[in-house]
Amino acid sequence: MDATDINNPQYFHKVVDCQWACPAHTNVPEYIRLIAQGRYTDAYMVNRESNVFPAILGRTCDRPCEPACRRGRVDTHPVAICRLKRVAADLKGEIKHLLPKIPAQKNGKRIACIGAGPASLTVANDLMPIGYEVTIFEKLDKPGGLMRSNIPAFRLPEQVLTEEVNLILDMGVEIRYNSPVKSMRELLASGYDAVFVGSGAPRGKDLELPGRHETDRIHIGIDWLESIAFGHIHSIGERVLIIGVGNTAMDCCRSSCRLGGKEIKVMARRPRPYFKASPWELEDAEEEGVEIVVNHAPKQFVIENGKLTGMIFERLEWDAQAKKSRTLDEVFYPADDVILAIGQENAFPWIERDLRIEFDKWGLPVVNETTFESTRAGVFFGGDSAFGPKNIIWAVEHGHQAAISIHNFCRSIPVTERPAAGMKLMSQKMGISEWSYHNDYNPVHRQKMKHVDLAERFRKLNIEVELGFDAEQTAREVERCLNCDIQTVFSAPRCIECDACIDVCPVQCLTITRNGEELDLRSRLSAPALNLDQALYVSPPLPHTQRIMVKDEDICVHCGLCAERCPTAAWDMQKFELAIAYADSTSCMNSYVPA
Amino acid sequence: MPSIAKPLARHPALKQNELGLTIRDYEGSMSTLCAGCGHDSITAAIVRALWEISMQPHMLAKMSGIGCSSKTPAYFVNGAHGFNSAHGRMPAITTGAAAANRELTYIGVSGDGDSLSIGIGHMCHAIRRNVRMVYIIENNGVYGLTKGQFSASADVGSKSKRGEPNQFAPIDPVMLALSIGATFVARSFSGDKEQLVPILKAAFRHRGMALIDVISPCVTFNDHTGSTKSYLYTRKHAVSATDADLVPPASEIVANISAQDVTAVTLHDGSILRFRSVPEGYDPTDRVKVTSYLQQRQQKGEIITGLLFVNEHVPDMHEMNNTSDTPLARMPYEKLCPGSAALEQLQEEFR
Ligand SMILES: Cc1cc2nc3c(=O)[nH]c(=O)nc-3n(C[C@H](O)[C@H](O)[C@H](O)COP(=O)(O)OP(=O)(O)OC[C@H]3O[C@@H](n4cnc5c(N)ncnc54)[C@H](O)[C@@H]3O)c2cc1C
Ligand SMILES: Cc1ncc(C[n+]2csc(CCOP(=O)(O)OP(=O)(O)O)c2C)c(N)n1
Ligand code: SF4
Ligand code: SF4
Ligand code: SF4
Ligand SMILES: [Mg+2]
Repeated sequence: MDATDINNPQYFHKVVDCQWACPAHTNVPEYIRLIAQGRYTDAYMVNRESNVFPAILGRTCDRPCEPACRRGRVDTHPVAICRLKRVAADLKGEIKHLLPKIPAQKNGKRIACIGAGPASLTVANDLMPIGYEVTIFEKLDKPGGLMRSNIPAFRLPEQVLTEEVNLILDMGVEIRYNSPVKSMRELLASGYDAVFVGSGAPRGKDLELPGRHETDRIHIGIDWLESIAFGHIHSIGERVLIIGVGNTAMDCCRSSCRLGGKEIKVMARRPRPYFKASPWELEDAEEEGVEIVVNHAPKQFVIENGKLTGMIFERLEWDAQAKKSRTLDEVFYPADDVILAIGQENAFPWIERDLRIEFDKWGLPVVNETTFESTRAGVFFGGDSAFGPKNIIWAVEHGHQAAISIHNFCRSIPVTERPAAGMKLMSQKMGISEWSYHNDYNPVHRQKMKHVDLAERFRKLNIEVELGFDAEQTAREVERCLNCDIQTVFSAPRCIECDACIDVCPVQCLTITRNGEELDLRSRLSAPALNLDQALYVSPPLPHTQRIMVKDEDICVHCGLCAERCPTAAWDMQKFELAIAYADSTSCMNSYVPA
Repeated sequence: MPSIAKPLARHPALKQNELGLTIRDYEGSMSTLCAGCGHDSITAAIVRALWEISMQPHMLAKMSGIGCSSKTPAYFVNGAHGFNSAHGRMPAITTGAAAANRELTYIGVSGDGDSLSIGIGHMCHAIRRNVRMVYIIENNGVYGLTKGQFSASADVGSKSKRGEPNQFAPIDPVMLALSIGATFVARSFSGDKEQLVPILKAAFRHRGMALIDVISPCVTFNDHTGSTKSYLYTRKHAVSATDADLVPPASEIVANISAQDVTAVTLHDGSILRFRSVPEGYDPTDRVKVTSYLQQRQQKGEIITGLLFVNEHVPDMHEMNNTSDTPLARMPYEKLCPGSAALEQLQEEFR
């Protein structure tokens, strides 16, 4: 293999599994260390720079970082990254003075954003500090998008949402409520320099089965949740069936618990391993007494005398891969209400089809995955509107990228010219056996989130269920982080091949051996490196024997013992900082550095 | 000395040996030696060899004297017995321990100072008695622990850290052992575990004493350019003469040892020591030939490594003395010490 090019920022970035997996590349280990030091405001600001909504995401994020977390590979469970984010947000101090300054002198460019969800808000967040005038058109009378209309208040308290949304609106964004954009043609004619479509995927899928339109007790999940959020719905029947087992279904069943539902069943077509809902959402729903019924396909709504009495399902038996099924029999489940939570679709009835904004055969706009530009120059899409329903953190990342494109577009720079990411590497050595980070491995187990007790939480719709980590839980959880951003950096000319690093490494990830092809090399290491998703760090030839040092990045616990035991400092522990590019590239290079 | 304990985190795919133990179960305390010391690598080789042969930790006794090298038994197999004796007395103490309990497996770890200066007499007599043990000399040419004075293994002309050359002729433990009847003699290098681990595994199965001289650079006092025991010098001058591995009993490969294997020595416990390559005309069971081969090659400045000599026909100390099969340590007290009447009777026989 060729020697690894560690000057490419993406090499060490990939070692930081959580940051790499985060769509917005949040610097997780850095903020966890700041929390450990009690520097909550700094931890919050490190978060805010990339993910914009730390308090919201600390409660609701889909957390792709956690399945990726290295701790999960060497211990049973990943670090509770998401809930630590909430700790930073809950305990932060005043931050107004740390936010980017908004220039009084504008740059003369006006941007229209459609929808006030996380995607548009991120665009505004990135463009306001550079002098743009941003106008957001919002259909509803409040900002936040699905974060307000669909994510229930028992998961995301309204004041948490409002506070973070206002940080952006208070930058001087012009927001027009109750202003659905009804014609893209008209909007394009009204003189904005660029348009960003962040209107989400607003249409809940329907289920056309016999009886569907003979009652008003069948609800479309996302519309029903919106009606609850805006105070139009206050109750539900005692027996509720939820069709579908995604995250929307989880919010629907748990909302039903709070509106008078007693016997609530989530009806799933497929077996449990194939559910779309995150495991923790399933757990939370079951804790609240919701029953999850697997292998049931809806067949028909049963209406008697104009009244919904229940539903007939086919009971299925699946093959081992849950690909093919066979119907066993039919069963009837009684119900007072049925909620359909089988997915969302994009819908753009307000975009005329002769504007050179192309749509594909599924009705999705044709959008460039890097620039987020549509087929019409100057019109950008992001969030759920671009590629269909995803989640908040993806909407944020789309917003960042679209903002870069808009800034380029307004300066007549090709949108394909993306500013490059940079990096900083800093030795963490403070003295003999002394490092600026806590390198001891703490075997403590993942802390369990405490919940408000069941009776209390059902009393009102908006009682936040999760209590957040207490001080002791926080202190323990932060120590579980392996500091994957503190990189092992190798200098081949210094190595005398004494084997000290290889002998001390607790997880056998180092080897000195003759070079070879990657697969051959992977099989010859101290412990075979079978996880092909993780890189091998390969050195140039070593001076004494021309062999190479190989490190399997997969399960290194960043304990620093290799560097501690190296007599020549050939290994060093260096903190890696990714400098992410944002629209305001000056702010990217001076990325938030805690004082 | 590292500030933290070795993390409990383990490689998720760690293999288990016949006892269900992983290699990490054979570790000891964290080393307090200088970072980069060859001794630590030997420790790692010992850990690997013991794990591979599925040694039961509680059946192992770790013996040592004084020196950096003699500290290392603390760094492997926490669950074993151990005795850290006075300077140079490891062979004598081990002889006593082996006499009292023949059931344990003994590993003595010593240094060139410990064994070739103050302890040389004890070492020679333990070799002559063929005490059943693995005897490792971690040979760095200096007294590491007392800050780098030349030891008796330092070559003439090899320079100290401050630049003075050594003037006294060296004692070569391999030649010495061969000359006084040693039955298993090897030399290796701390930086070559591929060679050292199989030698160690064979040593643990040898009938009597297995003596292994391991060049082990002292990174702090003897790893400079004028030294003949540095990493670089050893790498440049070491020549692996033999390539041996051990085929345990009850292994299918036993039947497959082909005629072209130069020499296959059957060990006492039925396992087979297979020499896959030796120099032409070399016979690892012929003491005279081995001695003269070594003399010739060493004259050329080569450091000959490998499992150099083995003789499985010499009885060990217990066999020579016809001692009881039951270890003395487990004999009932009355039998071990039958009282003054029995003593009187015994003495009577000599009157
Ligand atoms: C029930 C439910 C629960 C969810 N839970 C989570 C969760 O826990 N974690 C997570 O990460 N994600 C969750 N999601 C997904 C997440 O909310 C969305 O992916 C995210 O909000 C998308 O952001 P966006 O900015 O693209 O659009 P949206 O948040 O959908 O915002 C679009 C906005 O545009 C407005 N709008 C639409 N059309 C027009 C128009 N023509 N003119 C003007 N305004 C218009 C809408 O009113 C809305 O305010 C959930 C989704 C649902 C349905
Ligand atoms: C009776 C006695 N004499 C002298 C010493 C001082 N002393 C301690 S270690 C040592 C030499 C150790 O050299 P070596 O065995 O080569 O071990 P190394 O440190 O090099 O591994 C000496 C002379 C002592 N501890 N006890
Ligand atoms: S930091 Fe070094 S010693 Fe620790 S696990 Fe990683 S490679 Fe091994
Ligand atoms: S400890 Fe340092 S000098 Fe020794 S092998 Fe490792 S990197 Fe090389
Ligand atoms: S002084 Fe020499 S022998 Fe002793 S620990 Fe240090 S390097 Fe090893
Ligand atoms: Mg010595």
